[in-house]
Amino acid sequence: MSGGTELFPGPDRDAAEAILGRYPPAHRQSAVLPLLDLAQRRHGGWLPPAVVDAVGDYLGMPSMRVRELVTFYSMFHDRPVGRYLVQVCRTTPCWLRGSDEVLAGAREELGIAPGETTPDGLFTLIEVECLGACADAPVVQINDDYHERLDGERMRAWLRDRRGAEDD
Amino acid sequence: MTEPVRDADRVFHNLDGSGDGGLAGARRRGDWDDTRALILRGRDAIQGTVRESGLRGRGGAGFSTGLKWSFMPKEPAPERPHYLIVNADESEPGTCKDREILRHEPHKLIEGTLLAGVGIGAHTAYIYVRGEFEAERRCLEAALTDCYADGLLGPDACGSGYDFEVHVHRGAGAYICGEETGLIESLEGKKGFPRLKPPFPASAGLWGCPTTVNNVETIAVVPTILRRGAPWFGGIGRAQNTGTKLFCVSGHVERPGTVEAAMGIPLRELIEQHAGGVRGGWDNLLAVIPGGSSTKVLPAAACEDLRMDFDGLREAGSALGTAGVIVMDRSTDIVAAIARLSHFYWHESCGQCTPCREGTGWVSRIMDRFVAGAAAPSDLDTLEAICGQIEGHTICALGDAAAWPVQGLLAHFRDELERRVAGGRRPLAA
Repeated sequence: MSGGTELFPGPDRDAAEAILGRYPPAHRQSAVLPLLDLAQRRHGGWLPPAVVDAVGDYLGMPSMRVRELVTFYSMFHDRPVGRYLVQVCRTTPCWLRGSDEVLAGAREELGIAPGETTPDGLFTLIEVECLGACADAPVVQINDDYHERLDGERMRAWLRDRRGAEDD
Repeated sequence: MTEPVRDADRVFHNLDGSGDGGLAGARRRGDWDDTRALILRGRDAIQGTVRESGLRGRGGAGFSTGLKWSFMPKEPAPERPHYLIVNADESEPGTCKDREILRHEPHKLIEGTLLAGVGIGAHTAYIYVRGEFEAERRCLEAALTDCYADGLLGPDACGSGYDFEVHVHRGAGAYICGEETGLIESLEGKKGFPRLKPPFPASAGLWGCPTTVNNVETIAVVPTILRRGAPWFGGIGRAQNTGTKLFCVSGHVERPGTVEAAMGIPLRELIEQHAGGVRGGWDNLLAVIPGGSSTKVLPAAACEDLRMDFDGLREAGSALGTAGVIVMDRSTDIVAAIARLSHFYWHESCGQCTPCREGTGWVSRIMDRFVAGAAAPSDLDTLEAICGQIEGHTICALGDAAAWPVQGLLAHFRDELERRVAGGRRPLAA
């Protein structure tokens, strides 16, 4: 895969150009994080090596410079993730309000441990550090959305509903 | 008891999002009211008012905002334009105030960005929003679109003759990018490795150009300061600790939330008047982390007459930081609470400096031994020594921030740690 056409087809091409337009032409590399995000969204929520390299080609950056960003920044994934990425905040303010219970609820409902994906590929469960919504703890981020003031039962119910909706 | 902040003295009137956060609602609250006249006061006057107001940075370090702006070159060179960066990479555990501004008061932030830009001679600003804040970023982008459509931004912003562009840049998950030079590196498309200073960003920042990095809250209060004047802002709180401030109260309180109060509000009043009180009553309080995870924990005894401002908390042996107040009641395993923070710093260390990269891991593993009641008697001294070896020995303040919570625990809850030594000096049950 190489060049922008294949990497960002159709409307994504405009989105990519708009992102590039925010930075001086001499500093295209500044667009790399938002472009990796765009690419990740278009490739099932993770970044296969070929896509990472294509982003590098698009920006004129050496592959290694882009790959190291994928491992440095926690929101990029170098392995496949489920359709729903369930991210349970584990840091102190959430923990004080019961994040352990929320995590236990998710583990039970999904039958997997943190770091694992359900066999049907629907859910990946991970623990993350502070999501910056401490007054609404405990917080779980699922894909783009924050779910606030949860408890174990509400966590289980959400996952159950989602699985039911996917089965329909 | 200090004078409670009067409603008329509040800067933020839609912090809880109960009103319209859009342009029309913001205008009704007084935002964008003759901004042109404020711009036309010019760079020196804007900088002067902010300096006289005593405003200190709301992102944690508490440096004088006006003074920081004055470090920018007097005359921008054409090939080295000035940049303003707004730090919306809010990630300090216990802190969730900038999030409320981004999603409920974005116009205060955008207007402040424009005026601060004039104050430092910049025509371009970047607002760096942490990647996880997708909903907040959308609110901000929608507000920006309205501003451009209304001529408030862009060429001849507000009809003032001043050109001003604001761009949103999204982060991708890294606490270290909240450090201002780590943020600049990240905005340049690199790993967020903090830079050695000097040179400071005001001399060589984004793409080598003069740059000022300010926190969201700092920037969002600027329009109100310019409208109401330095004496108004300076008249709230006390000398060196002026103005109103957003406090985030989390943990074991009845009504966690983010509230605006006068700088210097007593901690007890903040918790009881604004957060519904400690769960189970004030006497059930065990400890408070007063200013975000980096600041030293204080036991209940120190909380009775605690003044929530820069000097009050410094005198108490802690710091105001970001004013993220984490409240813990007597049911809390305080060792586990701090161990979670040690894990956080280990995870978030960028790995550039050896004392921090290695030290945070050692500290986290030792803390986990204390949590499990499996620490060796020598672990107490080792913990203390490692913290001393990290603090002050790294490029940026993350190393210090990793050491301080543990040092606070050692200072105030040493008994509790001693109890967790395997076969300890005292029985485990309290």
